[in-house]
Amino acid sequence: MAAQLQFQDVTLGYDRHPAVHHLTGEVASGALLAIVGPNGAGKSTLFRGIVGILAPLAGSIVTGNLDLRDIAYLPQTVDIDRSFPISVFDLVGTGLWRASGFFGGMGKPAREKIAQALAAVGLNGFENRPIGTLSGGQMQRMLFARVLLQDARLIVLDEPFNAIDARTSADLLALVRRWHTEKRTVLAALHDMDIVRANFPETLLLARGQVAWGATAEVLTTDNLLEARRMCEAFDDSAAACAVDDMPSRAA
Amino acid sequence: MIIYDALIAPFTEFEFMRRALAAAIALALGGAPIGVFLMLRRMSLVGDAMAHAILPGAAIGYLLSGLNLFAMTTGGLIAGFTVAILAGVVARTTELKEDASLATFVTIVSIKGTNIDLLHVLFGNILAMDDQTLLVIAFNATITLVVLAVIFRPLVIESVDPVFLRTVSRAGAPAHLAFLALVVINLVNGFHALGTLLAVGLMILPAGIARFWSRDITGMICIAVASAIFSGYAGLVLSFQTKVPSGPAIILVAAVLYVGSVLFGSVSGLFRQMFPGRHLEA
Repeated sequence: MAAQLQFQDVTLGYDRHPAVHHLTGEVASGALLAIVGPNGAGKSTLFRGIVGILAPLAGSIVTGNLDLRDIAYLPQTVDIDRSFPISVFDLVGTGLWRASGFFGGMGKPAREKIAQALAAVGLNGFENRPIGTLSGGQMQRMLFARVLLQDARLIVLDEPFNAIDARTSADLLALVRRWHTEKRTVLAALHDMDIVRANFPETLLLARGQVAWGATAEVLTTDNLLEARRMCEAFDDSAAACAVDDMPSRAA
Repeated sequence: MIIYDALIAPFTEFEFMRRALAAAIALALGGAPIGVFLMLRRMSLVGDAMAHAILPGAAIGYLLSGLNLFAMTTGGLIAGFTVAILAGVVARTTELKEDASLATFVTIVSIKGTNIDLLHVLFGNILAMDDQTLLVIAFNATITLVVLAVIFRPLVIESVDPVFLRTVSRAGAPAHLAFLALVVINLVNGFHALGTLLAVGLMILPAGIARFWSRDITGMICIAVASAIFSGYAGLVLSFQTKVPSGPAIILVAAVLYVGSVLFGSVSGLFRQMFPGRHLEA
């Protein structure tokens, strides 16, 4: 299977401090990959690198032949202005940007698609509600509906089941599995190991650097999880410049 | 007949009143939608700051060629665009927020501008619209509406969910900068007729009014434009009948509408909050 995503010795971070440190690896096209790790392990940072809103400090992330519009991203903390006067229907409809662009009309097929996406996350009847009136979980479901509409080949979900009740997260997991059968590549950062074990064939255990990456059962061992826990979360303000880049084998 | 004399006759009898009304309508059509976006992006005071940036530019135009419409317009536009675009670029590429980055550039420009007393020049006079000025105002309003139509979707998405727009499109930055340029154009437009300060008023007051009557952006823009046009019309009538200066009269009407909206608006108006009615079943 061709690689959808390649991490080429990539380091991502903030103010020169690495949050993801020298990660190398490939995500196959059509993979269903869970990304697991303690708080501060670099999961969200890695996602921000993948969708292109954070430039790597070193190395690179190659997304193959993917266009910006082929990637759908559900961030963990959403920067949405909840006081903005826009309805749930219209906001979910922005997921059709790829098809509609600046001027494309919202015809009957588009309206039906939006209605279906809302139904899929159980938000029927919310069409005309201003987004500011939604609860936290409803907001997350609305954003899931938008991801659904984006019809992307690479889907990146950052803790998608936060604040979502058990029944709805089961529904949403069914959607994730459907995407997998449709050969889309799905990456999800998760904390619930039971969900990962039950639904994700492949896992990357991250603790700034890679701890383990492979079949979920082999990655989520007690030893590996303990090792990930040992990561020091805080940045070292007096850290020296990373010397790995200077090694002859890396520079070559 | 009395009503006709009071409300319609001033415009049928006097050409300068017709021209003033045309100018007020053009300003309303261009400025009110911009004001709505400024308000929704929490940039209501940015218009005020930007007016400070435009003033020195207009002053330089005045120094170079006297009381010349095009020199002053061009000077104001250049100064305004420069500040708006530099501030926009800094806000997008660094951690500084938009208001702060704008404030820094406005301050820098003002260092050059503080010694020039231009207020007497810049109190626009809506009752003295010649063909040229009227055409400039109408042209700018047209540009505003066309550009706003082009950037409407990215601008809305960027206002509500900037990260999403960044992940699906590169239209965010151009739309943002085009929007700032429209703010400048409309302020420059407004000072011909109203002066810099009142121009800001005709942008922001209608937006504030609209917030109290609609929950969606299309409705807000329509209400803002309608209330701006009404303020222009009623202000001119008021000015004609009472000899109050017309620019302030227009803003006065808008301000009265605003206070009325705060009190009685159907969306979160004070009266509505005090007497919400009984709660519903579901």
